[in-house]
Amino acid sequence: MVALAQTGRTGAAPPAATRRRRPQVRVGRSVTLLLAAIYFIGPLGVAFWFSIHDRLHGGVRFHEYTGVFSVPGLMDSFTLSLKLAAATIVILLVLLVPTMLLVQLRLPRFRPIMETLCLMPLVVPPVVLAAGIFAVLGSGPLTSGPLATIASDLQETSLPWILALEYVILTLPFSYRAIDAGMRSIDLATLVKAARNLGASWPTLTVRVLLPPLRTALLNAGFLAFALVLGEYTLATILQYTVFSVWIVTAGQTDGQLQTALSIMSLGVTWVLLIVIGLFAGSRKGRSRSIRRRKTA
Amino acid sequence: MTAQMETRPATTSTSVEFVGVTRVFGSTTALAGLDLAIEPGELLALLGPSGCGKTTALRLLAGFDQPTSGEILVDGRDVTRLAVNKRDMGMVFQSYSLFPTMSARDNVAFGLRLRGSAASARRARAGELLDLVGLSAHLDKFPHQLSGGQQQRVALARALAIAPRVLLLDEPLSALDALVRAQLREEIRRIQLELGVTTVFVTHDQEEALSMADRVGVMRAGRLEQCDVPSVLYQRPATAFVAEFVGTMNQVPGVIGADGRVQVGTQALSVDGPVPAAGVAVSVLARPEAVLIEPLAAVDARSPSDATVLVATFFGAVTRLRLVRADGVELLADVASHRAAELTPGTAVRVSLLDRPVLVRASVPREAEAEHH
Repeated sequence: MVALAQTGRTGAAPPAATRRRRPQVRVGRSVTLLLAAIYFIGPLGVAFWFSIHDRLHGGVRFHEYTGVFSVPGLMDSFTLSLKLAAATIVILLVLLVPTMLLVQLRLPRFRPIMETLCLMPLVVPPVVLAAGIFAVLGSGPLTSGPLATIASDLQETSLPWILALEYVILTLPFSYRAIDAGMRSIDLATLVKAARNLGASWPTLTVRVLLPPLRTALLNAGFLAFALVLGEYTLATILQYTVFSVWIVTAGQTDGQLQTALSIMSLGVTWVLLIVIGLFAGSRKGRSRSIRRRKTA
Repeated sequence: MTAQMETRPATTSTSVEFVGVTRVFGSTTALAGLDLAIEPGELLALLGPSGCGKTTALRLLAGFDQPTSGEILVDGRDVTRLAVNKRDMGMVFQSYSLFPTMSARDNVAFGLRLRGSAASARRARAGELLDLVGLSAHLDKFPHQLSGGQQQRVALARALAIAPRVLLLDEPLSALDALVRAQLREEIRRIQLELGVTTVFVTHDQEEALSMADRVGVMRAGRLEQCDVPSVLYQRPATAFVAEFVGTMNQVPGVIGADGRVQVGTQALSVDGPVPAAGVAVSVLARPEAVLIEPLAAVDARSPSDATVLVATFFGAVTRLRLVRADGVELLADVASHRAAELTPGTAVRVSLLDRPVLVRASVPREAEAEHH
């Protein structure tokens, strides 16, 4: 047994050629990483310097960051973007998750059709979408009668559902891919059979068995939608809604440093959310590891 | 109060009956009028090649599919149209089917939770069952922290936790390596006997079926060819398919003599079962262990039924020899490995069959037989 264990260890040692290659690989990786870091962090660093550099008196000042919350219109536009993001995510998940589960479990032959439909927004420019919306809203049935009220409600400036619906279409390809990857990574059909066999009803097995392993995929889909909605400019400006991205551009027309500071803060918010999601998704693994450590101890 | 007391006691065994069950998929008949009765507490294995209908039968019994016609009775009650979640049947699947976000204990307790069992009772019951399958040290581990064999043990405990009327095993060992498979095979049988739960076990591995089951049903093309205890299945196969599928079987040409015995080369053997008319050409069915061989010396006279060793394959205690007779008929013979040294490839040998009643069947070309089925 000892001999076997020793052989195993010896067998695990890399051959000499591999050992020689390793330093080269490490150098290659480091150079690639450095170039990537310069590519991403360089412009950010320059932008950050621009936003804090006091051109009149020299030195640095953080006025654009500390005073940003008192700028008129910021909170309104940011709140509107948050509400739109929330509405988009809810509509998207309510629409996508049951449909994808149904297709995956019961109607796999419709999978190519669903995939094509979900990826189609990638080839439709937002300008075309906006033009389509104008055409629909300006058509006969939506200009008078009961449908006109609905059309009007959809364009309510406090929460323009029409924009949220447009965002659902825009984010569909990315969210679909995220959820699809999650669904492909688990054997849904067998999990369903196992749960049904144990006596679970469809609602129970959806909530207790299917959704928990899809949690990370759903979070990713939601995050992608959130990031896209927060940064989307074209649709909102064409449809004339002052969302956060539109406000940044407008505010930046009078103060370039403020615009840069806001862009960096917006990026920061997105990163923080990404980290939070990553931590949340990784919490199960962490729990498992701690259990293993406890058992080993 | 334990969870087991809240549900049905596991020791209450259940009978199962398939009555003329047929399942047709488009132009394919997966199951053609299956009639099969499973006794309470019995472990019945359904054995057959891929596409023979064994898994379809299990799916119909579990409730995952509906038969085109026929009835499935559980304790005499027709459950053919009963929803899968109302059947009280525990199932272990071929692929690892543990819920990935639940610990081993939570997986086992899942069915009890659905039945409204109290938290303390279901935790206790889950602990008992994981102890039964030898995993009491892994209660809080998640599926990704368990090996394949451990996962299937948890799946078994989960299936047993609901005190199922019938335990269904759908090739649960096929994804495991040989050593774990052998261990788990014994454990499943031990637990099944301990709990006395009626069990249907689907497999394409004859060794598994013969070693575990009280009875084995051999299926082919949607039909049950033979259902009997393993020893009978091995020693008295009802059809040529069963003879060839279960174990290894030689088919040696012979002719029925006037005395009702079958003539194989220079040897006359009595026939087990109905004797065909005199003069009829038959195939004599003989297991490799019933083929006797003796090395021939250079001076011995040769006969057409003498053979030459083609290949010798070492299997531990026995060595299997592939022989070819002078008339071109190939045979397999098992000899004790200590004799293998004198039976190297190229050695001329005299072949005879063990002198006991043999099974015969009319010599039908295999192509014609396949068309018949």
